[in-house]
Amino acid sequence: MKGIIELQMWQVAVAYIFIVILLFIVRTRGIPREKEILVASLRMTLQLVLTGYILAYIFNNSHPLYTLLAISVMEAFAIYNTYKRVKTPLSPRLREIIAVSMVTGTLASLFYFLLVVVRISPWYDPRYVIPIAGMLIGNSMTGISLGVSRLVDGMRTQQHLVEAALMLGATPGAASKQIVNASFDAAILPTINSMVGMGIVFLPGMMTGQILSGVSPLTAIEYQIAIMLGILGSVALTVVMSVQLGYKTFFNEECQLDLQ
Amino acid sequence: MFCLRGVRYRDILDIERLEIPEGKVTCIVGESGSGKTTLLRLLNKLISYDNGEIVYKGRSLKDIDSVELRRRVVMLPQTPPIFPGTVRDNLLIGLVFSEKPLVGEEKLLEIMEMVHLDKGLDEDAEKLSGGEKQRLALGRVLLMDPEVFLLDEPSSALDEDTEEVVIGSLVKYAGERGKTVVMVTHSKQVARSFSDKIVEINHGRVVSR
Repeated sequence: MKGIIELQMWQVAVAYIFIVILLFIVRTRGIPREKEILVASLRMTLQLVLTGYILAYIFNNSHPLYTLLAISVMEAFAIYNTYKRVKTPLSPRLREIIAVSMVTGTLASLFYFLLVVVRISPWYDPRYVIPIAGMLIGNSMTGISLGVSRLVDGMRTQQHLVEAALMLGATPGAASKQIVNASFDAAILPTINSMVGMGIVFLPGMMTGQILSGVSPLTAIEYQIAIMLGILGSVALTVVMSVQLGYKTFFNEECQLDLQ
Repeated sequence: MFCLRGVRYRDILDIERLEIPEGKVTCIVGESGSGKTTLLRLLNKLISYDNGEIVYKGRSLKDIDSVELRRRVVMLPQTPPIFPGTVRDNLLIGLVFSEKPLVGEEKLLEIMEMVHLDKGLDEDAEKLSGGEKQRLALGRVLLMDPEVFLLDEPSSALDEDTEEVVIGSLVKYAGERGKTVVMVTHSKQVARSFSDKIVEINHGRVVSR
């Protein structure tokens, strides 16, 4: 089994030719996107270099605190990003619920995955914990953003049906059941769809990376299948928590609809 | 049945005193924007009053669980709510929401006849006309057999003849079973022919008549 070819600095530099080609295309066509392309390339480069050094440091100085710190930063970023992605204003209570669902849902599935499925030792081994946490948290973030957007949107556009159900003596849960279910469904659908195309339409990043570094494709798919199931679990868990707790924020203690 | 004393809701309603008699038909009339719908919503506890007191059968609304109250005092909003599904689903959904036992086909057809809705039970409810939706929504609350019917303009989308027949059979049904009806209406005709008591509301206040 061969290891991966180490890229020299000049080899990476040569790859920037693709940016040059893109810049050439937009300039000759007069598409005003040069600035964004340059900023994006620069950000990508700096962020990845920084992450590379940080990860290298953490891997060489493996310590539970470093691993936990890395997870905290990812969770915080994911929560912040969810707030930004949901375009409608969120009540403080709903923000709280998003944060709690994100943290508990991803951590529960992360540690199940690491300790029961992969059985890593020590439990904080950053080489496993950090990339897998990244995948679970990233996918859950997309899920919660979708789910909460649909929930807030549904409550507003279908306000008359929710109120009509309340008038007939429905509990808040029964009155918003359709909206909660539709939100959950919309949030997990992308994950299910990506499972359908997997291996045929595209090779997932983790699997590609393992194959490039010399791992047998058979081992790589084992990991890929396991991680896909982990992602599905994490997305389902975080989304069901956020919508199931989230709908309650639209009602007051008198079971009245309260859209602020 | 209902007794309101010094009830205020924001700057929309200010009711000094109002009694709604049990087993009778009370019509609420007044210009649009005068607070008629707000009054019904208060009685259904869909909103809570800021001051004063509303008493239902001797108990303050504040002491009655909202969901429990709404199952006994059912409200039909002005725009008839239609839920995704068939006519049958829409008739039964009131029973589902209020966790009451469902009824058989026979009972459904009986209710449909009472509100003069000549449609198949398996038709898509979304496809009905405005007037048909209104009668469907009325049939739904009749099926729930509550103590009080709070009806907001139940005949606004019906022509005069249908209005006469549908409201007539509703009032007859309620009378036979000793139900209380509180109905907001624009129709002078309906108020005149069917009500036992007429309450006029103007700028959020009850006008003595």
